[in-house]
Amino acid sequence: MDAIWLDIGPVEQLPALGARTLPVQGGEEIAIFRTANGEVYALVNACPHKQGPLSQGIVHDTSVTCPLHNWRISLVTGEALGEDKGCVPVIPVKIDGGRILISRAEALAGTN
Amino acid sequence: MTTKPHLIVIGNGMAGCRAVEEILARDSGRYRVTIFGAEPRVNYNRIMLSPLLAGEKSFEEIVINDHDWYAGNGIQLVAGDAVVAIDRQAKRVTTASGRVEPYDKLLIATGSDPFIIPVPGHDLKGVVTFRDMDDVASMLRAADSGGGAVVIGGGLLGLEAAHGLSLRGMKVTVIHLMPTLMERQLDEAAGWLLKSALESRGQTILTGADTAEIYGNGKVEGVRLKDGREIPASIVVMAVGIRPNVKLAKAAGLAVGRGIQVDDHLVTSDADILSVGECVEHDGLVYGLVAPLWEMCRALADGLVATPSGYRGSVTSTKLKVAGLDVFSAGDFSGGEGCEDIVLRDATRGVYKRVIVKQDRVVGAVLYGDTGDGNWYFDLLRKGEDVAPIRDALIFGQAFASGGASANPLDAVAALGADAEICGCNGVSKGSIVTAIDGGACSLDAVRACTKASASCGSCTGLVEKLLTIAMGDDYAGARENQPMCKCTSFTHEDVRAQILEKELKVIPQVMQALSWSTPDGCSSCRPALNYYLLCAWPGEHQEDPQSRFVNERMHANIQKDGSYSVVPRMWGGVTTPNELRAIADAADKYGARMVKVTGGQRLDLFGIQKEDLPAIWADLNAAGMVSGHAYGKALRTVKTCVGSEWCRFGTQDSTGLGIKIEHMTWGSWMPHKFKIAVSGCPRNCAEATIKDFGIICVDSGYELMIGGNGGIHLRGTELLCKVATEQEALDYCAAFIQLYREEARYLDRTAPWMERVGLDYVKQRIVEDDAGREALRARFLYAQSYLQKDPWAERAAGAEAHLHQHIAEIRPFAVVGGR
Repeated sequence: MDAIWLDIGPVEQLPALGARTLPVQGGEEIAIFRTANGEVYALVNACPHKQGPLSQGIVHDTSVTCPLHNWRISLVTGEALGEDKGCVPVIPVKIDGGRILISRAEALAGTN
Repeated sequence: MTTKPHLIVIGNGMAGCRAVEEILARDSGRYRVTIFGAEPRVNYNRIMLSPLLAGEKSFEEIVINDHDWYAGNGIQLVAGDAVVAIDRQAKRVTTASGRVEPYDKLLIATGSDPFIIPVPGHDLKGVVTFRDMDDVASMLRAADSGGGAVVIGGGLLGLEAAHGLSLRGMKVTVIHLMPTLMERQLDEAAGWLLKSALESRGQTILTGADTAEIYGNGKVEGVRLKDGREIPASIVVMAVGIRPNVKLAKAAGLAVGRGIQVDDHLVTSDADILSVGECVEHDGLVYGLVAPLWEMCRALADGLVATPSGYRGSVTSTKLKVAGLDVFSAGDFSGGEGCEDIVLRDATRGVYKRVIVKQDRVVGAVLYGDTGDGNWYFDLLRKGEDVAPIRDALIFGQAFASGGASANPLDAVAALGADAEICGCNGVSKGSIVTAIDGGACSLDAVRACTKASASCGSCTGLVEKLLTIAMGDDYAGARENQPMCKCTSFTHEDVRAQILEKELKVIPQVMQALSWSTPDGCSSCRPALNYYLLCAWPGEHQEDPQSRFVNERMHANIQKDGSYSVVPRMWGGVTTPNELRAIADAADKYGARMVKVTGGQRLDLFGIQKEDLPAIWADLNAAGMVSGHAYGKALRTVKTCVGSEWCRFGTQDSTGLGIKIEHMTWGSWMPHKFKIAVSGCPRNCAEATIKDFGIICVDSGYELMIGGNGGIHLRGTELLCKVATEQEALDYCAAFIQLYREEARYLDRTAPWMERVGLDYVKQRIVEDDAGREALRARFLYAQSYLQKDPWAERAAGAEAHLHQHIAEIRPFAVVGGR
C-alpha cells in the first residue's frame, strides 16, 4: 500500500521566510516554503511567467516574489497576485510531529 | 439512594468537576457520583498555577471546589488513589490500591500529560514539568536556593513558568526551538515584541535554540545546546507541550487517535463511557485550552441528562497570564488567499494590533500591549458577523467602531472634540491641527512642520489626513511631496533612515514596530531596503537577514533565466595571472560552465553553474587565491583600469596600480545600488571613467575626480568633483564620497539619480569644502569595511548557510528500497 503522505524532513530545516527545493525524479521540482508564522506551503518550483525558481524569491506574508521578474505568487492558491495572470500547481503539505509531510499523489503528478 | 445509577468520573481536574457541575445543574438527583483523582487534594484551577508560582495567589485562592462542595452534593471523592484499569465487560474500575468500583456510566477526564523531550539527562533530579501542584512545589524549593533556571519551551506554559521563577529571584533562561516565541499563537511581530519585553525584565530568551542534553552528576547542573553553548541551572522546566493522556482508554480498547475519540455528545466508542477535556479528540481536533472544555461539558451534560445539544468544536483564543504583558490571539492569523490584514502599531504605547478579515468576516486577531478589545474581536469572530460597515474603524476597537451612529471613519473623526488627542507622541490635539490647517497648512508635511503631529511614530498619519480631508474637502490633494518607501509604510526613505539612527533601531521587526508598518512582515520591496539601512547604520552590530536579501545577494552569485547561476571571481584592477586563468579554466570544465564570458568590468564570468555546486566551485577558486567579485550585489563591483604609465606611451600616472589600491580599499562594501569605479591613465580615458559612479582621470599634475556617471537606460556622464595632487588624496576622497552615498542615497538609487536630486554643489560642500566632514566620512567608511571585508565565498565554502545550496530531500518514485 502506497503512503498518502511522504515525510520529507524536520520542519526546522526550513528557514522562516525562506524555502527549500525538493526534486522529483521524472517530475517537476517542488519548492517548500515557510512563512513568518511557521506555516508550510509547497508549489511547483516554476513561476507561471517565465519558469523562474520561486524557491529563490523573497517570502512575505503568504506570498513569494519571483526572483526573475518580481511576479507575486500566492503560496496558498498558486495564483499570480496583482495585475499578473497565471497559476502554478499547489501541492498539499502539512506538519505532523515536527515533520513536513507532502501529498504523494500531487507530488508525483508530473511523473509518468 | 442505592437504586440510582452510578457515575464514576476518572479525573478530579477542571474538566471532570465541571462536567459534574453541569450534570448537577440540570438534574441533581440523577446519578450517584464518585470522582477519582490521582492528586491527593480537592479540585483546583490548574490555569492559576502560574499566579501561584509567581506568588500572586495562594493555594486556597485557586481552589474551585472545596470539601463542602463534594459533601453537599453527595459526591464521593477518592483523592490520591488513581484508577489503573477499566473492565468494560464487568463495567468496573480498579485503583492503584486495589479498590474495585462498579459503574453504570463512566466519564474519563484524564486530561493531558506534559511531553518530555527524551534528551540525555531528562530523568535527572531537578528536571520538572509545569502541570500540577507538586511541580510548583519543586520549583519553589529550587527558587529558595537561588541560582539559574532553564525553561525549555517558549510557549504559553513555558513563559508563565519563566515569569514565575524570575519573580522568585532566579536567573531564568528560556530555550525555544522555533525562531519566535509562542509561534502557534503569535505572529512574528508580536513574538518579537514579547521577546524584547521579557528580556528587559531580565530573562534570557534563546530562540532557534536546540537542546542537546541536560548535564549533571545525579542532579541537574545545566543544559547544553546543540551549538555547544552551556547554561548552568539548578532546575530545568520542560514545557515543550502536552499530549492527551489516553493510557487507560487505550488499554480498555476504546477508539483512540491523537486523543480519545468522541462524538458530538462526548460519547466514546463504548456507549456507556464518555470523555471530556484535553484527553479527547473531537472531529480530528484536540484542545489544550480551557474554553473548549466549558463548551464540551455543557454538551456532555445536555446529552446525558437533558436535551442533547451537541458539541461542534471550538474556536479558541489565548491570553498570556504574565502580569503587565498583555498578549491575546484568536482564530487564524496565518493570512492566506482573500485575507486582508489590518494592522495598527503604536510605538509609544508599545501596542501592536492585527485583525485578519476574510470576506468581510473577522477570522483572526493578534493583539499585543492593549488587549482590551480582544473579547470583542473574538466575539465578532465566533459569530461570523459582517464587519463591512465598520471595516475602516475596526482596528481602533469597539469604542471607536461602534461609538457613533455612523461607522464612517470620517464622521467618527469629525465627531471628536477639539481637545481630543490625535498625536500621542507629541500631545497634539484635534483643535491645534484644525487651527494649523485653517492657517494654511494644507498638506501632511505642512501639518507635521507646524504642529509636530504625525512627525514621530507616524501611527496617527491616517487621522491627520482625515482631518485634512474634512477641513479642505476636494481641495486636499492627498499626495505627499515625498513618496513613502512602499505600501507598507507612510514614511519616506529619508524618514526611515533618520528614525533608525534616532531611535537606535537594530533589527527589521523593531523598525516595523517603531514605525508602525502596516503589514506583518513587510514586502519584497521594503525588506531588502531595511536590511541595507540597518547594516549601514550599525556596521559593528548588524545581524544579516538572508531572507531579506534578493536572491543574488543571498546566493552570492547571479541567477540566470534558467535558474542556474553565473560566477565571477574578483580580478583586482582587471589584472590576472596564468595561475588564476588555469584555475578558472579548470573550474569551468569541472562544473560544466556552458559559457565563459569576458565582462564589461574586466573579468571573467562562468555561466550555467547549479546552486548545489556553488560552494564547491568557490572552494576551488579560493584555493587559487581568488575571492568573490560581488558581481551580484548592490555593492562595489569592479575598478576598471587602463595600463597607465607602466606600459602606455601616453600614460601620466600608474592607473593600474591606483585602481588595484582602490579596489582593495572598497571591495566588499554594500551600497544602495551597484557601484562602479574606473581609473584612466590619461585624458584619452580608455577605462571609460566618465560613465562610472566614481571615475579618476590621471593627468600630469595629479588626478581629476569624476562622480555620478552611469551607462544604462539613462546615460549620464560624470561631473567633476575636484582635482587632487596625490594618490592618497584620491583614495581618501573616494572613500568619503562612497560613504556619503551609502549614508544618504535611497536604496536602489544609483549615484546618478541621487546626485540629480541633491546636486553637485551639495556633494562638493560635503566632500571638498568640509575637510573635517570628509575625514569623518572616510573614517566611517573604513570602520564599516573592517566588518564587511570578509569573502562570502570562503564562508560558504566552509559550510555556512549550507541549506541554501542543498535540496531538503528528493523524491524518487520508482526507486523501491527493500519492498513496502
